[in-house]
Amino acid sequence: MLVSLKWLEQYVDLQGLEPAVLAEKITRAGIEVDGVADLAEGMKKLMVGEVKEKVKHPEADKLNICQVDFGEEELSQIVCGAPNVAVGQKVIVARPGAHLPGGKIKKAKLRGEVSNGMICSLQELGIEGKLVPKEYSEGIFVLPAETPVGADPLEVLGLYDTVLELGLTPNRSDAMSMLGVAYEVGAILSEDIKLPELDYKESAEKASDYLKLRVDASVENPMYVAKVVKNVKVAESPLWLQQRLMAAGVRPHNNVVDVTNYILMEYGQPLHAFDYDRLGTGEIVVRLANEGEKITTLDDKERTLNTKNLVITNGKEPVAVAGVMGGLNSEVHDGTTTVVIESAYFEGLSVRYTSKDLGLRSDASARFEKGLDPNRVIPAAERAAKLLAELAGGEVLAGSVVFDELDKTPSKVIVSPDFINARLGMKISLDDMVSILKRLKFDVETANGMLYVDAPTRRQDIKIEEDIVEEIARLYGYDEILTTMPIGESTPGGLTAYQAKRRIVRSYLEGVGLYQALTYSLTSDALSQKYALETASVTKLLMPMSEERSTLRQSLIPHLVEAASYNVARQADTVALYEVDSVFLGLTEEGLPLEEEHVAAVITGNWLDHAWQGEQKKVDFFVLKGIIEGLFDRLGLADAVAFERATVAGLHPGRTASVLLNGKRIGLIGQLHPTEQKANGLKETYVMEMNLAAILEVSTEALVYVPVPRFPSMSRDIALVVDRSTAAADLEAIIRQAGGTLLKDVRVFDLYEGDKMEEGKKSVAFSLQYFEPERTLTDEEVVAAHDEVLKALAEANAQIR
Amino acid sequence: MAMEEQLNLLKEEALAKIAAAANSKELNDVRVAYLGKKGPITDLLKGMGKLPAEERPKMGALVNVVRQEVTEVLEARAQLLEEKAIQEQLEKESIDVTLPGRPLKVGSKHPLTKVVEEIEDLFISMGYEIAEGPEVEKDYYNFEALNLPKGHPARDMQDTFYISEEILLRTQTSPVQARTMEKKQGAAVKIICPGKVFRRDNDDATHSHQFNQIEGLVISENITMSDLKGTLDLFAKKMFGQEREIRLRPSFFPFTEPSVEMDISCFKCGGDGCSLCKKTGWIEILGAGMVHPNVLEMAGYDPKKVSGFAFGMGQERIAMLKHGVDDIRHFYTNDVRFLSQFHRTEQ
Repeated sequence: MLVSLKWLEQYVDLQGLEPAVLAEKITRAGIEVDGVADLAEGMKKLMVGEVKEKVKHPEADKLNICQVDFGEEELSQIVCGAPNVAVGQKVIVARPGAHLPGGKIKKAKLRGEVSNGMICSLQELGIEGKLVPKEYSEGIFVLPAETPVGADPLEVLGLYDTVLELGLTPNRSDAMSMLGVAYEVGAILSEDIKLPELDYKESAEKASDYLKLRVDASVENPMYVAKVVKNVKVAESPLWLQQRLMAAGVRPHNNVVDVTNYILMEYGQPLHAFDYDRLGTGEIVVRLANEGEKITTLDDKERTLNTKNLVITNGKEPVAVAGVMGGLNSEVHDGTTTVVIESAYFEGLSVRYTSKDLGLRSDASARFEKGLDPNRVIPAAERAAKLLAELAGGEVLAGSVVFDELDKTPSKVIVSPDFINARLGMKISLDDMVSILKRLKFDVETANGMLYVDAPTRRQDIKIEEDIVEEIARLYGYDEILTTMPIGESTPGGLTAYQAKRRIVRSYLEGVGLYQALTYSLTSDALSQKYALETASVTKLLMPMSEERSTLRQSLIPHLVEAASYNVARQADTVALYEVDSVFLGLTEEGLPLEEEHVAAVITGNWLDHAWQGEQKKVDFFVLKGIIEGLFDRLGLADAVAFERATVAGLHPGRTASVLLNGKRIGLIGQLHPTEQKANGLKETYVMEMNLAAILEVSTEALVYVPVPRFPSMSRDIALVVDRSTAAADLEAIIRQAGGTLLKDVRVFDLYEGDKMEEGKKSVAFSLQYFEPERTLTDEEVVAAHDEVLKALAEANAQIR
Repeated sequence: MAMEEQLNLLKEEALAKIAAAANSKELNDVRVAYLGKKGPITDLLKGMGKLPAEERPKMGALVNVVRQEVTEVLEARAQLLEEKAIQEQLEKESIDVTLPGRPLKVGSKHPLTKVVEEIEDLFISMGYEIAEGPEVEKDYYNFEALNLPKGHPARDMQDTFYISEEILLRTQTSPVQARTMEKKQGAAVKIICPGKVFRRDNDDATHSHQFNQIEGLVISENITMSDLKGTLDLFAKKMFGQEREIRLRPSFFPFTEPSVEMDISCFKCGGDGCSLCKKTGWIEILGAGMVHPNVLEMAGYDPKKVSGFAFGMGQERIAMLKHGVDDIRHFYTNDVRFLSQFHRTEQ
């Protein structure tokens, strides 16, 4: 909402406050002032001149050489490029030395002709092009003929004004009108309100002689008032009216349309003007549209309606979409003589539906949607009649045509001062409360220590006790509220076990060298299930903004790969990222997707890079696997985890594994398939993703100390030649099984697959630790246990070297 | 030659060789050669049997003196040589200590996580729990239970991604509050809800279709607006410095009444006015208010008996303010050159 202070002063005394000071007061009381604009900013020394002569520039087709009278002894020559410049016009001139928002004006020569300044358009005075009346939008602005030569055009145009831009929250639709803002400012400054005048002379004829009204949809349209004004002369509006509209961000058209817009801004009550003769039937019927019914709206677009759209008809066909936009067929035009003014109350939800449905948002629909003041429907119509009589020479027919089933009673709120103080934690006196409510022009009485408040109908947001609490608090001032802390039973607070362990997972991964990434949950259909640990039905947006962000992901890997690719493309030689976030799988009983928290990582480049000592290690499968193993160790689940060869689409078939937790598949790890690597501009890249929820739900036993060994252990090494496809983990399992209770640890310490091996074979070497906590082992015991191991291995076709 | 003479000769010889030994090996050779079991001194001792009995003690003593002397010189030399060897080794082993060390692999938290954990920890210390909830939500929890019935104009404040007419991507973390209240069945609530939210916005320097909020909710008997102010004051000082002032401005949120926005005195200029605070001296941080009675009622609380406050803010906004980040997209691009800047502590 744009508020001209000059206009506002018509209704409330602004006490001569500086605009910035007033703006701060308004903001602190609850309506945020987003901008304070001085309309005359950057302009000075402009002058009104009269064009006395105009000849074509000999050297330039589009330029005219004008002689302009400023009431001085001599005329001044000004070259003007505007197509509409003409002799006899009173124009705005920036003479040498004048300032415009675009800069300082100097005497100039245009194609050899001297120009003493420039004749100005409104745009050159800093007014937005879309607000300039159409007639002048492509050229200079022409002032009324009676404007004195030599006058200050800023004064004539009313530009010595400041406009406040209010950022309104949805509850304060009352401030979508100058009167509403006046009440607010009046409350802040403790000033009274001067209401607009509504008096005018009625003609002997009655509106009801001209117009019949029927409302067939009283739910959507509980109140409809029409007035008829005869003998209207459609013309340009007076300058003051045009200026006020432009200051409010509305483009002036003609006096009839301008009056309806002026009242829209003044009262917040949207009006519509019909051409009575074009209406044709002397009848207005308000009803819901028929399915498929068509209307061409004022913007010259044909609209197809449905049965939820409310329309104004002439009894035969729609002439307006109620509360949204008028129809072209009944539009006021230059030759209009009789005007029907509509002032109606349309239900907010109905207007909201239709305006969304048709994609038509207007100043009017915005106000209907938020709910009008039911007590302004009639005054707004009367005010329109008065202004049409004054500004368009109209004759107002007596009375109005009215349909009225609208409830106009104010909402009553009974609230105790103690309640107010208890909510606020303050001690405001009853007198102060009453005084604040009176400043707001609320009807308030006190009885039995209670406040009985009738909130005016313009304040549709005041309904319950808490609303009164807020009104009092905001005008009393939040600075007066103390700072205390909640008292009550103390709560332990803290993280849940899950949350605490998740933090441990994060800090572990960071500790081993991964940066935490955040990527988007929405992805493309194609990527939504790529590399997914498990898939289920996908969740898609009804109306995505792009295909790229249309579907909720079931894998974290694709966006991590994108992030790696992004970094590598920007010269990062190493990227190591992890993410903890949800994936969205299928549907739960509640009808929502199952949100499962996963942890994923991507690594590429060098894991170790210490060049001057010649130490460099590229990332490989075992780097990432080591990270995973370390994580499970950290979580006390080292013995519960296992890896098993697997295939996953998009990953290297020979370098991919499932991660098993207590035998259940909860994760995957692997190298990106070379074609994927290439497609993403990546070298060797490894990824992993695990179901974090499944990992964290496994609880671990309490940590109890195991005595530090007092007796030495014995170590035996075995080197085995096996088929290349034999899994080391399987061999280890055989060893552990056969080694019995004395065997406490088994470790791979060497792997050889080189050309000294027989084709299809490899050598794996294990180191075994035998140990008994209570005593020193004898050689015989170890030999016996070890023989069992060797026997079992031989049975499994492992050749012992 | 007399034995004594021989002995002296041997001694001179040994001492000369000891002095000539350049390292411990050569010295050891000397030791073996002269003092060993097959050495000449031992031989001399063995040959003593041929001497007359009365000369034997004298001669024995003499041999021992020589032997003792040679041993002492030899030990001294050995020590000297060892010191020299150590010295040489140290010199050989000397390194350029200014060469770079072997780098440790480091990673770090995302800056938003840093902010969230800082806030979480502050409120945990005041007895709050951390509540989480689904990101794909029912219209009911995201809007209706928060006093935003269908068709409410305030729904326009948040452009929503719908999955179906009733299911949507949550536009705020407030549905977690609604769910928590419902679950607590009338018991007191003290929670912080961090989480991801979504709005139909085109991504640019200040907008992101996905971003993060963190909210707080307290419900109990006799909760007042001054409790809210006190809590927010503490929060502001902890996050932005002890010298911060706060101010509340009236505002509107459908789920609170009264509703306020909280500004803090600008931490860059201290309130004098600068580009960060747009010359106002104040920076908008968060929205808050007293829980709307409709919200309490829908969750099964009696607004006559209990009251509550709620507050909420954007994580990105806090992080951007704290660290001077100028583009919200940095948080989602995962550029390592950005992420790696948040590794260090800042106390």
